[in-house]
Amino acid sequence: MFVNNDVKNAMAMEERHVIKLSDPDHPVILSTEDLHVYYGKKEALFEGDLEFASNQITALIGPSGSGKSTYLRSLNRMNDRIATVTGKIMYRGVDINQPSIDVYEMRRRVGMVFQRPNPFAKSIYDNIAFALRLRGVTGKHKLDEIVETSLKQAALWDQVKDDLNKSALALSGGQAQRLCIARAIAIKPDILLLDEPASALDPVSTGQLEDTLLSLKEHYTIIIVTHNMQQAARISEYTAFFNQGRVLEYDTTSHIFTNPSVQVTSDYVSGNFG
Amino acid sequence: MNSKTQNKIAIGGLYGIAGLVVLILLALLGYILVSGVPQLSWHFLTAPGKAFLKGGGVGIQLYNSFYLLILAMLISFPIALGAAVYLYEYAKDNWVTTTIRTAIEILSSLPSVVVGLFGFLFFVVKLHLGFSILSGAFALTFFNLPLLTRSIEDSLRTISDVQREGGLALGLSRWETVTRVILPAAVPSILTGVILSAGRVFGEAAALIYTAGQSAPALDFTDWNPFNISSPLNPMRPAETLAVHIWKINSEGIMPDAKAISSGSSAVLVIAILLFNFAARYLGKRLYKRLTSA
Repeated sequence: MFVNNDVKNAMAMEERHVIKLSDPDHPVILSTEDLHVYYGKKEALFEGDLEFASNQITALIGPSGSGKSTYLRSLNRMNDRIATVTGKIMYRGVDINQPSIDVYEMRRRVGMVFQRPNPFAKSIYDNIAFALRLRGVTGKHKLDEIVETSLKQAALWDQVKDDLNKSALALSGGQAQRLCIARAIAIKPDILLLDEPASALDPVSTGQLEDTLLSLKEHYTIIIVTHNMQQAARISEYTAFFNQGRVLEYDTTSHIFTNPSVQVTSDYVSGNFG
Repeated sequence: MNSKTQNKIAIGGLYGIAGLVVLILLALLGYILVSGVPQLSWHFLTAPGKAFLKGGGVGIQLYNSFYLLILAMLISFPIALGAAVYLYEYAKDNWVTTTIRTAIEILSSLPSVVVGLFGFLFFVVKLHLGFSILSGAFALTFFNLPLLTRSIEDSLRTISDVQREGGLALGLSRWETVTRVILPAAVPSILTGVILSAGRVFGEAAALIYTAGQSAPALDFTDWNPFNISSPLNPMRPAETLAVHIWKINSEGIMPDAKAISSGSSAVLVIAILLFNFAARYLGKRLYKRLTSA
């Protein structure tokens, strides 16, 4: 009894708690080592050492300015022109954070969906098809097929199948965001990064989006930044808690939300700050 | 005085000022149209001018204005587009781009007569292009380039950064993002800018007096070989435009109906520029609608 309490206390006192993954069914597909991000001279991310399990959903949570979006955007090098990123980003055994990497090719494997839905000023069909055409996918039949499967996977097909030639800018916010997901998965990435994809959506659209993500993890590894803790609890297997530019805690989602090891995490998930 | 009356007085004052501006514009436009429109006829719009007799037209000047406009736009649009894309999409904010931007700013506030004199010394004299459409088109390019560059840059600025991120996140290169995502979305607003600047170029006189010249040699509209001197397509012939024509007959016209021709030409010029403006709005709106609505 005495020992148990002691261990508990020691755990509570510990500043950080980051697990290493060891699930043979879902091997690590992406990991970061000693990642630091600087905006000019200001360091925005001090350390982010995380591993991501394939075909699982990992949520990144934390208060505003905690570095979670900065971290996410570094993973497919969207911060290249904005910030300096040091450290390793290992994707299937290759460090993709080195200058010799073809970032454009890499981003086709690590896709991204943003906070504000950003459909292009093109038809719904072309929003999905035009990037494929640029990569040499031609043939109407093939393109039709990819457009249809992508829209089905993003749970948008039934609503737009008769309007494929209409402008994508006429879609509602929730539909537009699902089109952006369809567009991202049409080029068959391995990993899908989502930066608060539901923050501009109403509760109904958010629910649909979450269902979509849950069905997508069969094919893709999903890493999602969210402000919404219920959302993280509902859909993710693993959760990383960011605070002040550091990953303070990383564990299974149930551990983070029911029995966090770090006091600050506990304060955050119980709504005491943030 | 309480704030409500204060507000009323302020609104009244602003209405008065706005009304005055509208009134002045309407009076000016009305005067030009009322005195000019009665002179207009098919003959006036198509016949060549006469130096000493009455009954001449402005056909050649009108044609020259359009030909010069098209040439100037063909030269300046690609340069302006490239400069704007470089400045907004590629360049980082450093001393080079600051210098370029300052240069553009200064160039855009240069009086057009100075541009004309520079064109005269450089293109007409130094490069031996003579008084020609080509000299005029180059001078107009100098005159037009800074404003067109800025207007295209502003068009690019209206396209949200999330569109650029969207393109890059799909694995498109910056070039592909610009050409396949950003430029198509910016087309309506770029087009509006181009047409509006075309209106300005069309009405420009001072930059052309010493470059494209003040004479309008007779043209043979059946001869489309650009190497013949009387061909309308020949870019090496002197070419007085409509705006220059107005200036010329008002300062040294000796034909008996100089006043009528000047009024008619002014009306044609104003109507053409009005048409440019309406066309810009109409096309911009239509294109925007086609791109955005279902």
